[in-house]
Amino acid sequence: MAKLSYESKYRVRGGTLIGGDLFDFWVGPFYVGFFGVTSLIFSVLGTALIIYGAAIGPTWALFRISIDPPPISYGLAFAPLKEGGLWQLITICALGAFVSWALRQVEICRKLGMGLHVPFGFSAAIFAYFSLVVIRPVLMGAWGYGFPYGIMSHLDWVSNVGYQYLHFHYNPAHMLAVSFFFTTTFALGLHGGEILAAANPGKGEPVKYGEHESVYFRDTIAYSIGELGIHRLGYFLALNAGIWSAICMIISGPFWTRGWPYWWSWYLNIPVWSHL
Amino acid sequence: MAQFHTLYNAVIVRGPDEAGIELPPGDFARVGTPLQVKLLGLIGELQVLPTYLGATGIMSLICGFIAFEIIGLNMWASEDWNFLRFIKMLPFLSLEPPPAKYGLDIFPPLQEGGWWLMAGFFLTVSLILWCVRMYRRAKAIGMGTHIAWCFASAIWLYLVLGFIRPLLMGCWCEAVPFGVISHLNWTATFSVRYGNLFYDPFHMLSIVFLYGSTMLFCMHAGTILAVARFGGERETHEIVDRGTSTERGALFWRWTMGFNATFESIHRWIFWFATLTTLCGGIGILLSGTVVDNWYLWGVKHGIAPEYPQVHQIPNAPPPEVVRNMQLKGPPPARLPEVPATLTPNAPAPGPAMSGINQ
Repeated sequence: MAKLSYESKYRVRGGTLIGGDLFDFWVGPFYVGFFGVTSLIFSVLGTALIIYGAAIGPTWALFRISIDPPPISYGLAFAPLKEGGLWQLITICALGAFVSWALRQVEICRKLGMGLHVPFGFSAAIFAYFSLVVIRPVLMGAWGYGFPYGIMSHLDWVSNVGYQYLHFHYNPAHMLAVSFFFTTTFALGLHGGEILAAANPGKGEPVKYGEHESVYFRDTIAYSIGELGIHRLGYFLALNAGIWSAICMIISGPFWTRGWPYWWSWYLNIPVWSHL
Repeated sequence: MAQFHTLYNAVIVRGPDEAGIELPPGDFARVGTPLQVKLLGLIGELQVLPTYLGATGIMSLICGFIAFEIIGLNMWASEDWNFLRFIKMLPFLSLEPPPAKYGLDIFPPLQEGGWWLMAGFFLTVSLILWCVRMYRRAKAIGMGTHIAWCFASAIWLYLVLGFIRPLLMGCWCEAVPFGVISHLNWTATFSVRYGNLFYDPFHMLSIVFLYGSTMLFCMHAGTILAVARFGGERETHEIVDRGTSTERGALFWRWTMGFNATFESIHRWIFWFATLTTLCGGIGILLSGTVVDNWYLWGVKHGIAPEYPQVHQIPNAPPPEVVRNMQLKGPPPARLPEVPATLTPNAPAPGPAMSGINQ
């Protein structure tokens, strides 16, 4: 059950970063490795702490459970467990689990002779999380600037932090990030649709390949980026969505404290047209 | 053509140009002499053109051009045809839908939304014709029509915003203005007006699919680039006849998270994530104001949002410095104007960058 028909020939030893052969084995379909063990420890501990936080919190309603960061008054110090200390431990566990997961992906890539594109891309997402709960709070001087862990509470946080800067849509890095998210999804729709269209051309039609795929986009939009190119483009777009999201938050507060609409004054005051 | 080159093949292969698949009888001939652009070749294929200009394509381009011109010329006119001012204010200029008093009148005065209606009409026709074109071009070379349906989902969101919802609300004034900053202001105001769209479950789903799309594209593109050394970018070949790149890509995810897609099913995942982003977004917008007045109160009613205590001592007038910023010119008035019973979503959120417009 656990093994695919062709799986055995790929299950070879080696490729580990740490621990040599010690954790070089599989459990069911999962590869373990040293970082599988650390992933497991961090995620189980972190999840248990979240459940504990919910248990001592006011509600079990799933959408309303929230693990809040410490009050601002604690600055960058450790807080008591029930006053944000849990949030601090959970943050450590989350970062530990995410980084372990990425390194485990590196080991699996090495085992399979693949490039490291997936863990590298994942690290962009980890960077975005790290910038929200570590970089920005440290620059602002208090862990209390991190976001709360809860389904609705993190949305409230996003909303409130956005309005603290009056109108977050005016944040230029936010503009870029949103544009990259939309463009990624747009390109994804085109790519997914294209491959499905080639592989499922309808009754009586033979399956199509790269030549037809290129012709389709040249016929419709004059240029086809090609089978490899679309993946380079998509990878670039997706990573930029994450990276600019991180940047748009890091600059809000540490580097720009007023409303984001004010930032555009420089634009209106460009000498060429400032007199107009 | 450099169709099968990879990251590990630094040489850009310049082969003979591709003329394209033979088109069915009745179609026009393709137009344009192929040219090879080295810059594009660094990322993807070199060849640009030939392309197909069918009836729907040409009509779509014409309608799109008309809409673009109506919007642009209206914006330019709003700056008294001063070109430099036009360029300066371009991000802030806007072509607004008709004011509330015209309801669903399809012939309001040109200066009061008439141009907006025309631009909207031509843009809509343009988009739908382009979707038809995507469908017909796929049929012409014997491919599935998936992209046209995915595009239709995006058109659905566009139609909800600019046509279906205004129709249900009984007023064109509910629609989105054409403009860079003005459509952002509209979005922010819309959310506030309906009690914060973050509590709208279909907005939540739409965001999940938007972020999920980005995550999936990173996972998918990363996997393909990582197995490109085994020829993994030839995806349809791999779907039909599995090679070692499929096996390694699949095992990578199986070993990582205990589950793997196939080369075909991953494209079903990403197709639906992209399609559902705009599909759910459209539903979320359509329900706002028509079915649900306040998403926060909706959330409280259904137990997903906490009930915040009433805050007393909210000043009944904003602080003077805020009032100054809201005023375009002159000192703040002694008494603030009455807030109308129904705020129009077109009222721009006050901001200093906006206040620069009339200075």
